[in-house]
Amino acid sequence: MQAINYRRINQILDEHRRNPLQLVQILIAIQNEYGGCTDPLRNYVAKALDVPLAQVHGVVEFYHFLSTERLGDYRIYVSDNITDRMLGNEKIMATLLEKLGVTRGKPRADGRVFVDYTSCTGLCDQGPALLVNGRPITRLTTGLAAEIASKIEVGEPIATWPAGWFQVEEALRVAGPVLAERSEPGRALQAALALGPERFLKEIDRSGLRGRGGAGFRTALKWRVCRDAPGKAHYVVCNADEGEPGTFKDRTLLTRFADEVFEGMTLGAYVIGAEKGFLYLRAEYAWLYPHLVAVLARRRAEHLLGEHILGRNFSFDIDIHLGAGAYVAGEESALIESLEGKRAVPRTRPPYTATHGYLNQPTICNNVETYVKTALIARHGADWFLESGTRHSPGTKLLSVSGDVARPGIYEYPFGVSVQTILDSCGATDTQAVQVGGPSGTCITPIEFARAISFEDLSTGGSFMVFNRSRDMLAVVQNFTHFFAGESCGFCSPCRIGTQLLRQSIDKIMAGHATARELADIAETAQCIKDMSHCGLGQTAANPLLDTIKRMRPLYESRLTSLDFVPGFDLDGALAISRELSKRDDAAAHLGQRCDEHGCTINAAKAGEGT
Amino acid sequence: MNGNDFTFVLDGENIPFEPGQTIMEAATQAGVYIPHLCYHEEYRPRGSCKLCTVKINGHFGTACTMPVQPGMQVDNDTDELTAMRRRVVQMLFVEGNHYCPFCEKSGNCQLQAVAYHVGMQDSHYPHFYPLRNVDASHPDMLLDRDRCIQCELCVRASRETDGKAVFGLSGRGTRTQLVVNSESGLLGDSDFSITDFAARICPTGALIPKREGYPLPIGARLYDAKDIARVGHRQPSSKAAGEK
Repeated sequence: MQAINYRRINQILDEHRRNPLQLVQILIAIQNEYGGCTDPLRNYVAKALDVPLAQVHGVVEFYHFLSTERLGDYRIYVSDNITDRMLGNEKIMATLLEKLGVTRGKPRADGRVFVDYTSCTGLCDQGPALLVNGRPITRLTTGLAAEIASKIEVGEPIATWPAGWFQVEEALRVAGPVLAERSEPGRALQAALALGPERFLKEIDRSGLRGRGGAGFRTALKWRVCRDAPGKAHYVVCNADEGEPGTFKDRTLLTRFADEVFEGMTLGAYVIGAEKGFLYLRAEYAWLYPHLVAVLARRRAEHLLGEHILGRNFSFDIDIHLGAGAYVAGEESALIESLEGKRAVPRTRPPYTATHGYLNQPTICNNVETYVKTALIARHGADWFLESGTRHSPGTKLLSVSGDVARPGIYEYPFGVSVQTILDSCGATDTQAVQVGGPSGTCITPIEFARAISFEDLSTGGSFMVFNRSRDMLAVVQNFTHFFAGESCGFCSPCRIGTQLLRQSIDKIMAGHATARELADIAETAQCIKDMSHCGLGQTAANPLLDTIKRMRPLYESRLTSLDFVPGFDLDGALAISRELSKRDDAAAHLGQRCDEHGCTINAAKAGEGT
Repeated sequence: MNGNDFTFVLDGENIPFEPGQTIMEAATQAGVYIPHLCYHEEYRPRGSCKLCTVKINGHFGTACTMPVQPGMQVDNDTDELTAMRRRVVQMLFVEGNHYCPFCEKSGNCQLQAVAYHVGMQDSHYPHFYPLRNVDASHPDMLLDRDRCIQCELCVRASRETDGKAVFGLSGRGTRTQLVVNSESGLLGDSDFSITDFAARICPTGALIPKREGYPLPIGARLYDAKDIARVGHRQPSSKAAGEK
């Protein structure tokens, strides 16, 4: 066990000014340093920040990448999006577990290593992927996994592992105005400063720009409400918590177009009168942190950030806050809770973030891509922006294309593009279904491929996952349903419990224990969760099940048993603990699940052969 | 706008309200019962149990958090909402380990009373049978997490009324659990006291005084014969506690 160096802890605390608002940031730093936020560390932090110990504990247990026990020197998280599954992540996991002699989700006894799955890491175009101490390794093979294991066994520091392992590719397949050109830093800002805040806001309004995170709220309206709201200070927040499985376009924007993102945030600050901004970077993208900090530093040197931007009486600066593993933090009020160092639980609305956001002050919170779009509008004007897209969805949309396609990567299309056009372009053949907008979005089949990507038809934050006819769509649904059950924050009862019930239902169907009644039960439970949940997570958690029951009902029916009355669970599996305790594994310690002609379960051992 | 405009429609009846009131507050003032578990008039509404879900101008929302607007159309006592609330209560029952027949709180339990009110006859869903820790370390109070529904009333009462912050919620999703603010995590090692307001606020039997079991026989307890809509939640008030 690594001894705790309290001088180093004090340094971490001081770097964050011992400010309780920095609690999540402090705990992330401690987790990285010690591999866990153990009892003495939590006690020390609670006392140093003067916050209740229960609060520190509550934060640690909330976030996926924080832990109350020490996990190990090497902490490996294998990405478990369905696209990683399709590329064989289960074999990668099996290799790691076997070579390292470790149980998934349990620290190895010597404190060396910990291996577990995690939700989508935003590397679906180059999976299967994993994160080791926050750094990504893509295009994994079992051979590479074995090499990783041997590096860990000899204790080689990650810094000396082959640099090539950590390369992340950015494949820009179809470029529109966002991807086609890099603008000179400061040009959008100069254009907006020349117009003045009110005229620039009118330009954004006229452009009809809608939020690119998926909800499609009008950006100008959000900014105007925020600007007009009274407050001690106004804040700008950039939502880079790209958590929707299958989405990775913000990764590309932050890697290649960070200047445009920060410039857009600065434009927002100029309009609403903010001096402080935050980019909330999801934990899975923490490896981008050094790059983003360097861009911020350069922009300060170029007088595009900090005091007196471009010589004007306008000051604004940006901090980067890290997430710690929580899909729900993509919901803007939950994100703000997390920015304030708390558990990322969505707030009750009204009041809305625009008037009561960070520290209850007026705050704009926009998607990474939305800010990039505002910088484009500043440079080229609203008329230019309105030339592409549809009437209700002007402009272009970045799509993260992954799954069964020849050319996964980033595609930029004007809104209104048909699903078929994208499929043709990315080299998808024999397509069975497309999941547009991630698990919370819509699953469509070939008869709907003429439908368009737009807020008025198929809305998406950017996720576009393709499945060919060799795929078991129910395995896809199972992956998504497990995802929601794992990511529910637990605040409201229908989502906390209902997502578990849906998970049980799909597992039951997959295991062959479900009867015809199950589909009706799912529909009813789903409706209840949808109507009563607190936020978008619960309201959309049943979509994968509902969409596929509607469009692919025979798939389900083929897995349902025709009997009216069968055990809803695995009888033999329920005896596993008893067998372990009694150290027995003979035939008589097993129960069969065969049914006789009346539908009654009979003991396979007694029934003799035939099992 | 004159004062006469401050009415809204609740189940077809015109109900007066004061500006700034939530639907729950206005309904309670008018003597209309809306089922709830995590709501207490002294604390900022949390809106997490979702039992007070009503239909507001055709959309679902929680009565405890939604401010009333003049002319708002609110449905509360409808078959649709009762069926939805029944499902949520059933979910709460299967998520924890609730054994009413031998629970000391039986008959006085708001979870059980709301279940009666919405006509719950069975648990409908398969039980989760979670493994949760019971904490009997405190000399006067028992913390039985099996019965906790994560309403956060004790968290709020301890923080806001008692000024102690004895409790907090930890974990995520269905692993969310009540934690105690002490190094050992045990209630006995915290500064919790049976005289705290938080000691009397639990709507279920999760936080319950020791050595006080079954003072009344079954049949004579608060909700045994009377619906919670008639007798109310009988939640303690901190003002009354202060006068004591």
